[in-house]
Amino acid sequence: MIDKKTLLASLLGAFVVLPLPALAQDSSSDSDPVTLRMAYDADPVSLDIHEQLSGGILQLSHLTHDPLVRWTKDVKFEPRLAANWERIDDKTMRFTLRDGVKFHTGNDFTAEDVVWTINRLKRSADFKAIFDPIASANAIDEHTVEIKTHKPYPLVLNLATYIFPMDSEYYSGKTEDGDPKDEIVKNGDSFASRHSSGTGPYEVVSRQQGVKVEFERFDDYWDKDSPGNVERLVLTPIGENATRVSALLSGDVDFIAPVPPNDLERVKADKNVELTTMSGTRIILMQLNQKRVEAFEDPRVRKAFNYAVNQQAIADRLMKGFATPAAQLSPKGYDGYNDSLEPRYDVEKAKELMKEAGYEDGFSVTMMAPNNRYVNDAKIAQAVATMLSRINIDVDLKTLPKAQYWGEYDDRAADIMMIGWHADTEDSANLYQYLTECPDPETGAGQYNAANYCNPEIDEKVAQANIETDRDKRAKMLQAVEKALYDDAAFMPLHWQDLAWAAKKNVKLEPVVNVMNFPYLGDLVVEQ
Amino acid sequence: MIAFLIKRLMHAFVVMFVISVISFAIQSNLGDPIQQMVGQSVPESQRAELREELGLNDSFLVQYGRFATNALQGDFGYSYFFNEPTTEVIQRHLPATLELVIAATLIIVVFSVPIGVYCAIRPRSALSRFFMSVSIIGISIPVFLTAIMLIQLFAIGVDFSPFPVDTGWGQWLNGVLSTEGGMPSYGRGNDLTHLFGTWDSNFFSLDGLTYLVLPAVSLASIMLPLFIRLIRAEMLEVLQSEYVKFATAKGISLKRIYFVHALKNTMLPVITVGGVQLGTMVAYTILTETVFQWPGMGLMFLEAIQRSDIPLIVTYLMIVGLIFVVTNTLVDLVYGLINPTVKLTGKPA
Repeated sequence: MIDKKTLLASLLGAFVVLPLPALAQDSSSDSDPVTLRMAYDADPVSLDIHEQLSGGILQLSHLTHDPLVRWTKDVKFEPRLAANWERIDDKTMRFTLRDGVKFHTGNDFTAEDVVWTINRLKRSADFKAIFDPIASANAIDEHTVEIKTHKPYPLVLNLATYIFPMDSEYYSGKTEDGDPKDEIVKNGDSFASRHSSGTGPYEVVSRQQGVKVEFERFDDYWDKDSPGNVERLVLTPIGENATRVSALLSGDVDFIAPVPPNDLERVKADKNVELTTMSGTRIILMQLNQKRVEAFEDPRVRKAFNYAVNQQAIADRLMKGFATPAAQLSPKGYDGYNDSLEPRYDVEKAKELMKEAGYEDGFSVTMMAPNNRYVNDAKIAQAVATMLSRINIDVDLKTLPKAQYWGEYDDRAADIMMIGWHADTEDSANLYQYLTECPDPETGAGQYNAANYCNPEIDEKVAQANIETDRDKRAKMLQAVEKALYDDAAFMPLHWQDLAWAAKKNVKLEPVVNVMNFPYLGDLVVEQ
Repeated sequence: MIAFLIKRLMHAFVVMFVISVISFAIQSNLGDPIQQMVGQSVPESQRAELREELGLNDSFLVQYGRFATNALQGDFGYSYFFNEPTTEVIQRHLPATLELVIAATLIIVVFSVPIGVYCAIRPRSALSRFFMSVSIIGISIPVFLTAIMLIQLFAIGVDFSPFPVDTGWGQWLNGVLSTEGGMPSYGRGNDLTHLFGTWDSNFFSLDGLTYLVLPAVSLASIMLPLFIRLIRAEMLEVLQSEYVKFATAKGISLKRIYFVHALKNTMLPVITVGGVQLGTMVAYTILTETVFQWPGMGLMFLEAIQRSDIPLIVTYLMIVGLIFVVTNTLVDLVYGLINPTVKLTGKPA
């Protein structure tokens, strides 16, 4: 912190300016531990990393725990607690665990902890679904675990990024009140929501929900090669975008995320602060409901809608270049990403298609979008509505706060609805499973398919890809699915939201960021 | 007096009952709390289970009945987000808000009385005109804008250089216009003094006070101009009255007339308005606290709305209702003390 002799002009509204004695702020002395003060838009809801599947909890997981493997910047796997792994057969994967790893309590990390953690994940309401393919986990010896799946399953490593082993000894037994220490409680108190022991780089030293969480570096952290030098972390939630940016610019915090797009220029222009961006993996799309609007059953109409929307303009002007225009669901780096697909934009072509389909004079539709869920969501919806008016579509748009929006979304309350999706498994098949498969309440397929689009042929292709363990073959299959969806104009893809972080110049953020939107702060270097 | 208090107590009950019914009735429009509690990919069956567990499928009357029965025993339910009893959550957030309101009130009292009186005594002076015109601007600027401007000016700092930098006078003028920043932009800081219970105070250390300045000033900014104008108007009227003229004729010193005789009568309506506005100020803390990330009740309430944390919303509204009733009762009592001719309802004539 810079030493300031601030002319603390105490003011009265904004009208009487009285010079008061200068207030000097304490500057940290050199002997202080390296501290990173960071501000996020929210703090983790719980210390129990299995209570909720959300960005905030995953960020916490990477601080207090370590996964078996983690994603690198270019969406590859990097060994963490699993030193290496091999596929034994179609249904079995064997992980060799790192030796000499300790939990925060001092307990040794063993294969039993991994097995215990996987079993707990299968009990968690939020994680249950993604761990469903796993049949069992067995400890072969102290440092070897075998994970078996029900069917041949290609994504075991993807799931392993979610396995943050917990200290099974610490969470065994009962609390004074007689509740099991390992119980997962969504609404109410539990041992695990207030206590934490993992193998991660940081230990929680204090936590005041909604105010701040303080972490300290774990002395016996296994990764001695990590360049990370931050000894203390203070996480403060600042929900208000303008305040979060101000806190960084005024030097009250060292690192903020997310950076609101309206302030990107301001942050970039500041000479004390560095902006780090990278293209993200969250797709923003519009779904055309075929059940509500007969015209949407005609692929020509769906294509016409796609041709009418100028994704590039939305990305450039509305998002200020803070988005990558999309023609498909899978972002670059995913196996299903098909580089031959280009965004459609051609108003003339759109008009032609509408004429061909017999809707030259257009029709009226309703549209709904959230107004505080995705970056610029309401503005994007307005832009799309305006663009559609060029093919004589009259859009009645309603935007709602997210708390209300999802209820309407579940009711499929409008003809066109906006949704953003990030694949929990960082895999294309997850996108199809939730967004384009024929809706089936039994299996949960198509849970977010508000288009009610249904093409069993495509679903069959996805199912085949999901039991193909040869990654190259599987990638080809998924790319074919992406092409088929594009040809059928199953939805209106808009863009992938970019990710942005901002920090002071001496915080070397660039090497630790990744598409998962939680920088690996354990490896963060802060220059003194 | 006792009859009056009992009557007011009953008012409080009615007010809180009505608030609880209304806030319960609107909860279906506040969104689905389950949505906020689970990840996006959680299947519908899991959600239904959780909804059943929380009793959200019961009818309005059943839910309200359950809430009212528990509330009468002092149990206002569990916050969905904090996983704690709502009363504990509010207890933890209340001191921060009270401190902010106290600090803002101090600013208002310290500045509005002298300025208001001055503007009434010297209505035509340039300074009075300046105060009056600026106070109009003050009233019209919304509190969040004031807050953001304050942050920009005094936390981040602004560099203005419209004047030539290579001249001495230009540099001096630029220096006057520019600000260096350095004030804390958010939160309450670390240097808090523990008083009792959940109350940690910003008032007892210099560092703590620096955190309080900007939020308190922005909160005060909305009421201060109002009070200056109110005091000025009342004072002008009092100064026209017969007894002031008589006192002047009698040769009593102007100082005594202004500050003892006139001011006392000026303050009567000011206190009434002040009491009502104190409650309003609690409501304005929602905006101020959000901008400054001040960990008080206002911020907590706004976040509770975003999270559809219904038990917490209901409890907050009831407590704010209680604060309104209590402040108004106190105002009535104080009013009786200042002006003995005022009779409290229920007091035998």
